[in-house]
Amino acid sequence: MRINSIEEFKRIRDVYRKSLDKQYKKIIVCGGTGCVAGGSIDIYEEFKRIIKEKGILAEVDLEKEAEGVGVKKSGCHGFCEKGPLVRIEPGGYLYIKVKPEDCQEIVEETILNDRPVERLMYRFNGELYRTQESIPFYEKQTRIVLEHCGHLDAESIQEYIANDGYAALVKALEEMTPEQVCKEVLDSNLRGRGGGGYPAGKKWSQVLSYQSDVKYVVCNGDEGDPGAFMDRSIMEGDPHSVIEGMIIAAYATKATEGYIYVRAEYPLAVQRLSKAIEEAREIGLLGENILGTGLSFDIHINKGAGAFVCGEGSALMASIQGERGMPKVKVKRTVEEGLWDKPTVMNNVETFANVRHIISKGADWFKSFGTEGSPGTKAFALSGNVNNTGLIEVPMGSNLREIIFDIGGGIKGGKKFKAVQIGGPSGGCLTEEHLDMPLDFDSLKDVGAMIGSGGMVVMDEDTCMVSVARFFMNFTQNESCGKCIPCREGTKRMLQILDKIIEGKGEMKDLDLLEELADTITNTALCGLGKSAANPVVSSIRYFRDEYIAHIVDKKCPTKTCTKLRVIEIDPELCKGCSKCSRTCPVGAISGKVKEVFKIDQSKCIKCGACMEACPFTAIKEV
Amino acid sequence: MKGTMIIDGKKVEFDGEKNVLEVVRKAGIELPTFCFHSELSVYGACRMCIVEDKYGKILTSCSTIPKDGMEIYTQTPRLLRYRRNILELLLANHDRDCTTCEKTGACTLQDLAVKFGIKNIRFGSLSEKEPVDDSSLAIVRNPNKCILCGDCVRMCEEIQGVGALSFAYRGSEMKVATAFDKPIAETHCIDCGQCRAICPTGAIAIKNETDKFWNLVFDKNKRVVAQIAPAVRVALGEEFGLEPGDITIGKIVAALKKMGVDEVYDTAFGADMTVVEEGREFIERLSEGKNLPLFTSCCPGWVKFAENRFPDMLDNISTCKSPQQMFGSVIREYYKEKDREEGKETVVVSIMPCTAKKAEAAREEFKVDGVRDVELVITTQELAMLIKEAGIVFDELEEESFDMPFGLASGAGVIFGSTGGVAEAVVTSLLEDKPDNMDKEVLFKDVRGLENIKEASFNIGGKEIKVAVVHGLKNAEKLINSIKSGEKEYHLVEVMACPGGCIAGGGQPIPMTKEIREKRAKGLYRLDKSSYVKSSEENPAIKYLFENMLKDNHELLHVHKVEKQTN
Repeated sequence: MRINSIEEFKRIRDVYRKSLDKQYKKIIVCGGTGCVAGGSIDIYEEFKRIIKEKGILAEVDLEKEAEGVGVKKSGCHGFCEKGPLVRIEPGGYLYIKVKPEDCQEIVEETILNDRPVERLMYRFNGELYRTQESIPFYEKQTRIVLEHCGHLDAESIQEYIANDGYAALVKALEEMTPEQVCKEVLDSNLRGRGGGGYPAGKKWSQVLSYQSDVKYVVCNGDEGDPGAFMDRSIMEGDPHSVIEGMIIAAYATKATEGYIYVRAEYPLAVQRLSKAIEEAREIGLLGENILGTGLSFDIHINKGAGAFVCGEGSALMASIQGERGMPKVKVKRTVEEGLWDKPTVMNNVETFANVRHIISKGADWFKSFGTEGSPGTKAFALSGNVNNTGLIEVPMGSNLREIIFDIGGGIKGGKKFKAVQIGGPSGGCLTEEHLDMPLDFDSLKDVGAMIGSGGMVVMDEDTCMVSVARFFMNFTQNESCGKCIPCREGTKRMLQILDKIIEGKGEMKDLDLLEELADTITNTALCGLGKSAANPVVSSIRYFRDEYIAHIVDKKCPTKTCTKLRVIEIDPELCKGCSKCSRTCPVGAISGKVKEVFKIDQSKCIKCGACMEACPFTAIKEV
Repeated sequence: MKGTMIIDGKKVEFDGEKNVLEVVRKAGIELPTFCFHSELSVYGACRMCIVEDKYGKILTSCSTIPKDGMEIYTQTPRLLRYRRNILELLLANHDRDCTTCEKTGACTLQDLAVKFGIKNIRFGSLSEKEPVDDSSLAIVRNPNKCILCGDCVRMCEEIQGVGALSFAYRGSEMKVATAFDKPIAETHCIDCGQCRAICPTGAIAIKNETDKFWNLVFDKNKRVVAQIAPAVRVALGEEFGLEPGDITIGKIVAALKKMGVDEVYDTAFGADMTVVEEGREFIERLSEGKNLPLFTSCCPGWVKFAENRFPDMLDNISTCKSPQQMFGSVIREYYKEKDREEGKETVVVSIMPCTAKKAEAAREEFKVDGVRDVELVITTQELAMLIKEAGIVFDELEEESFDMPFGLASGAGVIFGSTGGVAEAVVTSLLEDKPDNMDKEVLFKDVRGLENIKEASFNIGGKEIKVAVVHGLKNAEKLINSIKSGEKEYHLVEVMACPGGCIAGGGQPIPMTKEIREKRAKGLYRLDKSSYVKSSEENPAIKYLFENMLKDNHELLHVHKVEKQTN
């Protein structure tokens, strides 16, 4: 059914709202990729089955008013470490690590009898947390962009509309001119959330200023950083927020067509976005003459094909155009000549998701969060050696201590915090001395780091920083497009040197060479991938130089991570001469006589550790 | 845009320059480049042309538009360090055996390495050896010498519209490759050799057949007859310190004779034959109103392009052989008797500006009883190598003239080497009142010059004849599409694959800039001006040939319809 005017829209919205209220209980199962991998779809199906069995309506179509229990798949709840997650409304109970076998009990107890199932609730330091909002992980967050994730059905445009979805679009169409929309976004100082931090309002104003019969709005959903899944969660969990942001952008810049570029490795995001776009088309919010206002705009989804470099703006556009995904030197800027040489707005998923809030509640409201230079919030994907890995959203300017210790729950296993890699392979590492630094676009630049897209990998004392640098350099090397010499050849050589160091063959001049190459690559590379490729290496040398020196000079890995630098020895006090180790050794490096102490020939040892596992007397250890 | 920039502290004015690179050149500094070409799209991959602005930002000058008040520096400690590092990285992965490389002395990488004094390469070679692609008759590709500048890719795609070469794989695995890594002879490559002409290193080279030349010349049983294309005589001199456009034909003949060639003729004579024969064909088609427009057939690159991309236009292409091939068949026919008497075998060696001619000479339809009409094609570049190898001191050569009976050619035949020349020659032969030198410049001004697509109309026998001239096959594609759509209508279309025509062929001395092309073409038009015979059919040797040997033997000059060539 198609909505043909703003009035009709408001009427339908009321119908949806009333229907939603008729759901006297809601079971919100997390349908984000993480929990899906943990089996949440089975849980969802099981709930539906049980509810139906009870003779209660489980699928509520909001166009019809009917009473029932709403069973929904929502976007990522965020508390991924404890998934699969189920939230019950009203009440806000959060059940963690749910299994399909638990569904029966949950329905009996909580749905039918209003009683919590405490064994499925979150406990920490002896305290039981019943509601989601009281859990420290959530208490310290400010979920604005992620507000629908974990609360709304990710696959229902009706629920989205009932919850003020597309209200911002209606407001823009009804009360604002394109210039006013641009101004509002400009005043809010919304900065690109993909990592560039460029003011979105400025971009939009520039595109608006160019005359062209065709203009494009492109959403960058490539999110290639290892350890980043914010955009994924937004696209999976609240696809309409992205679409709404894009339509508002189209109105503000007089654009005619839109593209969402989603990496192929996000099939669920593609699926949810496709469904959302279809629903929006059906209902008349995309296509010709939207809500009878004369605005015509439609969105296509373009899938990526496994190239990290296609997250770079010009490479992304080349990919959409069917060309090889290589960045181009920009003679004219994208806002003037972008996709197919037409004026183009290109923004990140999270940036678009922020737009409807800014239009609905105003620039001043937006600026009340975050810092002056970086207002608003930022979604971060917290992973690594923290207790609470997951998806979080905090105001810009929050510091690492709050994020890692208050929200993240501290380092796993009670170990010591060492560093956090922020911004993925383009970012640097932050250490203990930075724990109280505010996280925003500007303050991180001074210490050689950047927020990037928002991936945060926390590392504890047992992490080898040289290995980490090598890991990211390997990633960057694989993903380099190959066009420009500094990135193509330079990163390869840097990786070679890092491998040498990790294998114990490094020399001190290698460290100088690494820094020299890093300087050349950073300053002469063609695109952002190359320009930031050396960041992990440079920042880890800056803060952990002694670890590099240990690898190079002492030929030792202080955290005992680098296998080629392991030294395995047989403790002569404990060795009983049973010869099991020498028989296990695949290269015959252990020799000795039965009943006498055995010895490992270090020059032959390949550090595989098989002898350590074989020894019945635990006489073989790493030193 | 107009304005003033400050380069290294000095004010430099600019007016319309496309990029900072050009303005810096005005300031007397030549910044190093690999991937920049004024005729191709900006690629910006080599990062050698970098300059530094007053804030310390590094910019590539090839892709930066000059702005009034811009302040940049071309020599700073960082810039020098970065340029050297980039060179060092390139050299580390390159086949550094310069002594056995054909490009030595003319290689951009070698040149820059020497200029920058790179003495120490701190990185070892990594890549495995890639196989050399020797499948083509025209060029040889050696990926081990490739620096991935992308010039060949852009040339083949943007100028020729063929796209036989592109980038494959990613990162350090990236290489220039054909589709599915097929040998290039199995692709839509048209053998034009423009990729070789633009390649800064030895990664793409001409198929070197100089040893075959020596074999023929040393064989006592062979009568070696050479024919020299017009475009060769205005370019060969560049290999010996002369200017483009300097006419060296007398020395070329002398050099060939010195190297043991028996008879030396002028391909322009073959061109005269083509004009007469194609002129007849044109009149016939005009009167029948069939298969118009008539497309010229002398360019083998164009013919292959049509076979691949526009097979439905093949009936429009003239059935006349190219001058090289016509001449080949005529020469062999001419010497048949003599050969029998003397117990020799006549072989034709053609000296061409063109690499595609090597492929043309090998086509099945140009063989008689399995023997090629043109036995061997030597490009201008190879001729220079032969002369140097023979130790001949070029400027000491005394000029000699062509042999007879085929050594006399009209000026019309000579201008075949330039874009517009074939059309001009054919039209001249069909005009009743022959224009003199001054008239020609006015009458044919619309078909001369380097504009992409040229149009002109002429009054021939009371009828208005519309002529189009196109060079560079991307332009040919545009033209053909406009004909097919009905937007444009012509009677005669001249197509040359190489931008500028044969004077800029794939086998000519390189580099070839717009200025060099213009100078070479001017040389040809100068020759036309000073020639005795202006119009092909007035050439007495041609008249003699058509009245005698070719009286009932016209088929010698035509191609029999053959299916599309598959190698």
